[in-house]
Amino acid sequence: MSDATTSNPVFGAIRNLFVRVGVLPFFLGIALVLFTILSDKFLTMQNLMNVARQSVYLVLVSMGQMIVLISGGFDLSVGTAIAVTSVVSALGMVWAVGVFPDAVWLAIALGALMGFGAALLIGAVNGLGVAYFEVSPFIMTLGVSSVAAGLALFLTGGVPVSGMPFAFADTFGFGRWWGVPVPVVVAVICIVLMWVFMSRTRVGTQIYAVGGNIKAAHLSAIDTKKTLMTAYIVCALIASLTGLLLTARVESGEANLGGTIALESIAACVIAGVSLRGGIGRVENVVLGAFFIVLVQNGMNLAQVSSYMQMVLLGALLILAVIFDQMRYRMIMSGG
Amino acid sequence: MTSPLIKTTGLSKQYPGVLALDAVDFDLVPGEVHVLFGENGAGKSTLISMLAGANTPSSGTIEVEGEAVRFGSVADAQGKGIYTVFQEFSLIPTLTVAQNIFLGWEPTKGPFIDHRAMRRRAAEMFEELDFPIDPSAVTATLSRAQQQMVEITKAFHGDMKVLILDEPTASLTDREVDHLFDFIETLKAKGVGIVYISHRMQEFSRIADRITVLRDGALIGTVAMAETDDAALVEMMTGRAISEIYPRIERQDGGVVLDVAEVRTAGTLPCSFEVRAGEVLGVAGLVGSGKSRLFRSVMGLNPRLAGTVTLGDRDISQAHTREIIQAGVYYLSPDRKSEGLDLAKSSNANLGVNPMMARLEEKLRGFVNWRAIGDKTESIADRVELSTGYRTKLVSQLSGGNQQKVLFGKAFGQDIDVYIFDEPTVGVDMGTRAALYLLIKELAEAGKAVVMISSDLPEVLNLSHRMLVFAHGKITAELSGDEMNEDTVLKYFFDESGATA
Repeated sequence: MSDATTSNPVFGAIRNLFVRVGVLPFFLGIALVLFTILSDKFLTMQNLMNVARQSVYLVLVSMGQMIVLISGGFDLSVGTAIAVTSVVSALGMVWAVGVFPDAVWLAIALGALMGFGAALLIGAVNGLGVAYFEVSPFIMTLGVSSVAAGLALFLTGGVPVSGMPFAFADTFGFGRWWGVPVPVVVAVICIVLMWVFMSRTRVGTQIYAVGGNIKAAHLSAIDTKKTLMTAYIVCALIASLTGLLLTARVESGEANLGGTIALESIAACVIAGVSLRGGIGRVENVVLGAFFIVLVQNGMNLAQVSSYMQMVLLGALLILAVIFDQMRYRMIMSGG
Repeated sequence: MTSPLIKTTGLSKQYPGVLALDAVDFDLVPGEVHVLFGENGAGKSTLISMLAGANTPSSGTIEVEGEAVRFGSVADAQGKGIYTVFQEFSLIPTLTVAQNIFLGWEPTKGPFIDHRAMRRRAAEMFEELDFPIDPSAVTATLSRAQQQMVEITKAFHGDMKVLILDEPTASLTDREVDHLFDFIETLKAKGVGIVYISHRMQEFSRIADRITVLRDGALIGTVAMAETDDAALVEMMTGRAISEIYPRIERQDGGVVLDVAEVRTAGTLPCSFEVRAGEVLGVAGLVGSGKSRLFRSVMGLNPRLAGTVTLGDRDISQAHTREIIQAGVYYLSPDRKSEGLDLAKSSNANLGVNPMMARLEEKLRGFVNWRAIGDKTESIADRVELSTGYRTKLVSQLSGGNQQKVLFGKAFGQDIDVYIFDEPTVGVDMGTRAALYLLIKELAEAGKAVVMISSDLPEVLNLSHRMLVFAHGKITAELSGDEMNEDTVLKYFFDESGATA
C-alpha cells in the first residue's frame, strides 16, 4: 500500500481545495486543457479577450442570481426581466425621441428608466410572493416569468422594436471608454459595487444570514422579509441592466432576449461554489464561474460542436456541478 | 437470581475516532425494569440500538437466554422477542393508525390488503392495552402522547420477552405517564423484562428495580433502586457533586422591567407575571404546558391574542420580534439547530451577526465595521469559554455543548436587559452546563433580568430566585423561597383544578 500512502498528501490537498472553493478550479483546468488540444485558436490572447467581452452579460446576471441563491431561493425570471427591459426601454426610447427629438440623451435616459422600472416591478413581485406570501421561489419566479414574457410579447406583438436613437447602440453596444468596450467597463464597475455590497454592507451580510438559517436570522433582529425583497429586487435590476446592454448590442427591443440565461446563470453560480441551500457564495468566484461557462461555449464553437449538442452538454454540466455541490456540502458539514 | 433474558459481556462500539461504548456488561432479568441513566452521549442509545438489532457491536457478545446471538436487523431481534420503541418516531404521519401498526405485515385477502381486518385487529390491540385511540384516524392528527402509544402498540405484537423504551415519557402528560406505568406493571407481572431510558429521576422510584449508569460510553455501575438516591445517581452520572454544578446566585432586586398582563396565545389561558431586574425567574412545567408558547408570544414569535406586555415604560404588545430584541429583550431558542444557529458558517460568523445588527461602531451608516466586530466576537468567545480552535470551525462540526456556547454568545452581541433562556441546557453535557450556569449568574448579578424556561426541574429549583409553574396552558403557581421544592412544584405540575397564584 505504499502507493496509497505517498499519494495521500496530494489527495488531501485536492480535497482541501475542493472543500474551500468548490469544483470550479478543476472544471476550469480540464476545459483549458481539453479545448487547447481540440483547437489551436483557443488559447490565443485574441480569443480570450473575445470570451471576456462575450461573458459580460452572463457575469452580470450571475451576480444577481448569486444574491438570490445566497438568500436561499433562486430566480428563474432573470431571462424575462431582460426581455421586458429590452422591449419596454426600446418602446420608451422610440416614444421619447418622438416627444423630445432634440434631446437624444434625455430620450435614452427616459427609456432606460422605464426599463429599470419594469424590472423593478418584476423583482418586487417575486420578492413579495417569496417573502410575504411564502410561495416557493421555484413557483413564484416561474409564474412571474411566464406573466412577464407574455406581457413583453403582447406589447410588441412579437415583432422587434426598432427605431431607437443611434447614439444608444453606438455607445452601449459597440462603444469604447478608455479603449475598453463599454459593456466591460459597466461590468467591472458592477463587480466592484457588488463585492462591496456583499462583503461590506449590513444588507449584504443580512442576505448571507437569512439564507443560512432564516429562523436564526429572525431571532437576531434581522428583518427577513425586507432582506428577501431586497435580494429579488437587486437581482432583477442587474438583469435589467444586462437587458439594456444586450438591447444596445442587437439595436432593437426583442422579447426573446435572455432565453437560456436563467439556466446558465444558475450553472455559473453552482459551479462557482454558491450553495443551492443558501448562505454560501462569493462574488469573485461567481465572476469566474460565468467566465467559465462562456469559455466552454466558445471552446465548443471552435471545436465545432453543434449548438444542439451544446445544450445537452450545458445541462449535463449543471447537474454534475450540483452533484459535486452535494458532496462538498456533506464534507463541510461533517468536518472534512 | 433468575437467569437473565439479556446479558452483554464487554460490549463495545467503535466509530471513526469515537469509542461510543466501552466494554459494557449489562444484564436484564425477567420481570424487572432496568433503567439506563446517563447524560446525552453517554452511550445509552448506542447500547439499546445494539440490543434492538439496529446496530452491530464492534466487539463483545450479546446473549439472549444464555444463547449468543448476532442481530443483523431489528427483525432478527424481534424474532427473539425483543421489541424496541425508539425515541425518534417511526410512524408515517400521512397513514392511518392501523396502517402504521401493520406496516410491513398487513393482513391480506388474496393479493389485496384487508383494511377491515387491519382496523379490527388494531382496535383489539388498543383495547388490550387500554389505549383510547381510533385505529382509522390519520396519525398526524394525534397528539405526541397518542403517537407514542401507537408506537408502543406497534412494538407490541407477537411473543414479547423484552421491551426497550427510549425516553417514553418525554412528551407525555402525567395521566398518560400513569397509564404507561400501569402498563409496564402488567408486563412485569407477565415476566417481561423492560429496559427503560429516562432522564427523569422522579420516575425511577416509581418503577425502577435496578439502575445502570453510563458516562462517556463506559459503565459506571449498576445499583438497586432501593439502595441509592438522587444525589448518588447524579454524582455517578456526572462525576461531580450537585453543589459543584449549580452556583449560588445573589439576588439584587432592581424593580420590574417586563410586565406581562393577561397575555394569551393559542393553547394558553391569559397569564400575568412580572420579570424583575437582578433576579432569575424560573419557569417550570411539563412539555405542552404552554410555558414556552407564552414566552414565544411575548417575543412576537407566536400569535398574540390578547393582553399587554410592557418593557420599562414602553408597550411592546404588538411590536415585531426584531423591535423587541432591539429594545433589549433576548430570546434564546430551545432548538439551536433549526432556529438558533447558521450551521454551515463558522462560530465567529454566527457570533458576528448580532453586533452587526446592533450597528457596532459603524463608521459609515450601513457599512459593517468588520474589525470592530472581529474584536467583539473574540471577546464574546472568550466570555463563553469557546476554545480558540473552534472559533473558525463551522458550527455543524462542533459538539452540542460547544454549539450551545455559541448560541449563548449570540446573546452578548447587543445591549440586552431581559434574557429569556428557553431550555438553555438541552442536550448539553454537565461540564458545559456548569459553565453556562456561571454565565447566568454573572448576568443576574450584574443587574440583568433572567428568565429560565426549563423542563429540567433541578436546574430551575437550584438557580431561580422565584419561579412560575405552568400546567394546562396557565400559571398554576408562583413560588419563592422555601416553597420552591420538588414536591410542591410537582403538585402544581399536575394541578387539574387550577388553584392559583
